[in-house]
Amino acid sequence: MSRANYSETRSVAGQPELVLTGRWTLRALAENGKTDAAWQNHLQELGRHDAVSWNCLDIEALDSVGALLLWHTWERKLPELLLISPAHLQIFERIAASDREPAAVVVPRSPFEGLIVLGASVLAFKRHVIDFIDLLGRLVLDLFHLLRHPADLPGREISANIYKSGVRAMPVTALVGFLIGVALSYLSSLQLRQFGADIFIVNLLGLSIIRELGPVLVAVLVAGRSGSAMTAQLGVMRVTEEIDALATMGVSRSLRLIFPKVVALGVVTPLLVLWATVLALCGGMVAAGFQLDISYGYFIETLPKAVPVANLWIGLTKGVAFGLAIALVACHFGLRVKPNTESLSANTTASVVSAITMVILIDAVFAITTRSIGLPKF
Amino acid sequence: MNSIIAINDLSTRLGDAWIHRHLNLEIARGELVALVGGSGSGKTTLLRQMIGLLTPTEGSIRLFGEPLFGGGTARERTLRQRFGVLFQQGALFSALNVFDNIAFPLRELKCFDATTIRDLVMLKLEMVELRPRHALLMPAELSGGMVKRVALARALALEPELLLLDEPTAGLDPDLADGFVRLIRRLGEELGLTVVLVTHDVDTLAALTTRVAVLAERRILTYGMLDEVMQLDHPFVRNFFYSERSQRALANAI
Repeated sequence: MSRANYSETRSVAGQPELVLTGRWTLRALAENGKTDAAWQNHLQELGRHDAVSWNCLDIEALDSVGALLLWHTWERKLPELLLISPAHLQIFERIAASDREPAAVVVPRSPFEGLIVLGASVLAFKRHVIDFIDLLGRLVLDLFHLLRHPADLPGREISANIYKSGVRAMPVTALVGFLIGVALSYLSSLQLRQFGADIFIVNLLGLSIIRELGPVLVAVLVAGRSGSAMTAQLGVMRVTEEIDALATMGVSRSLRLIFPKVVALGVVTPLLVLWATVLALCGGMVAAGFQLDISYGYFIETLPKAVPVANLWIGLTKGVAFGLAIALVACHFGLRVKPNTESLSANTTASVVSAITMVILIDAVFAITTRSIGLPKF
Repeated sequence: MNSIIAINDLSTRLGDAWIHRHLNLEIARGELVALVGGSGSGKTTLLRQMIGLLTPTEGSIRLFGEPLFGGGTARERTLRQRFGVLFQQGALFSALNVFDNIAFPLRELKCFDATTIRDLVMLKLEMVELRPRHALLMPAELSGGMVKRVALARALALEPELLLLDEPTAGLDPDLADGFVRLIRRLGEELGLTVVLVTHDVDTLAALTTRVAVLAERRILTYGMLDEVMQLDHPFVRNFFYSERSQRALANAI
């Protein structure tokens, strides 16, 4: 392939003439190895003389990249003395036409940019709150509707969601729960042994796991596992207009898509909490057996005496609240997805982060309101 | 060297069904070729094999006389810069605006400065009959016809010699489709492109193409000028070209 090149000669009248040869195309120019700017500077230097004439008749091939290079060299107009074939001239006419188009208006940055951003985020937050209340309200209306028409209960969807976010989550919650139990028990026993307070390992593990760790651990796992999946699913359904298709068939999207998810997580999360709590206690028991020689029988026997049963109820109630919150937050963000990839990823991230934050917040509320319940008296 | 695409004894197997069996096709420079075939006959599969998204089970495909795969990433990349593809749904990057979508392949080359890229993008927009103010729109804000135009501009950004189109007029109303077909034909002539398109729209085919390849019975049944192809006595050809709708379209085009 012959490369783009130029040579300087003298025409018949003795005027300087630049003869362009070779292929002035994107590929040939890229192969030339010289950067765009260096080429252009050199050409511009040569073309600086007023009387120079440009001979483009020997150009083998010219595309818009090559033409644009010359156009820049000519300072955005055709030179006065130019020999060129009609086909190539057409390319320059097109460039000239695109130059004549008025540029898109760019709104200048305001000096109050910071204030505008702040205001916009406050308004966006307000929008979030309103939408969230809207969603809650619609679910309450759905509930009333279901009480009057029990046949409309989306049983299949609820069952599918229970399977997806409950049964399929059992292995991972079991593993995490067991390992946390082992770690907690091991670290606590190291401390307790120093005080000779070995037997209090049961109180320590029982109270912390049943009341606090079990529910929060499961909530974080559920938010990361099912919450993100729900947001992504609703988001993609919005992108592909499936939600609109449902609406046109007269199917309520909140009843068919959101209600089952909320109910399923509300049912499944306390069950997962129970499951994870049991396994965490097993882990703790095994580790305590190794470290402190506390027999399994003693551990199991002491547990109900050390930890009042109210704690279990608090833990399970937390599970219900966390599950509902995670599902609501996930659906809220899922419905906000706009039809592009960026929005999908941003909303999924926001969904998981908000859900976990919400869980911690609810947990704090629980800690304060239940401070006089279920703690052993001394 | 003059054949842009040379498919030699190609066979494709998806699952346990043969989609193509001993398929041969050679497309010469400057042709406007339509690839037609019944639905499920493997048109899009063949197109995806031509652009290297799928590898054939057996046989070979050469573009510009070179094999699609092998010879290092640099060679593969250079080869892929020589053709542009227009996907059925446009496949615009939804996170980038129109300007950045068209500028993307140019920026990837890393040999142009910002001014040159801006001018090139504006030139491509002008080529596909869009205005500079459209450059700042996001793909989600575009109409179906505009998505196709922007996708075409992006496909043309690297000055390809070969343009492959998957159902270029699908999803456009007849008026827009006519406009888009005219645009492709004009650009094809001006830029000296070889164009291969998959279509099942007889209007598009009659208005745009110089040659037709019929894909049926897992091979290229026939490849030739439109009237030659129509001479062939085969159920698919009869159905495709001699239906009432097709006859009307062909009558309009001639």
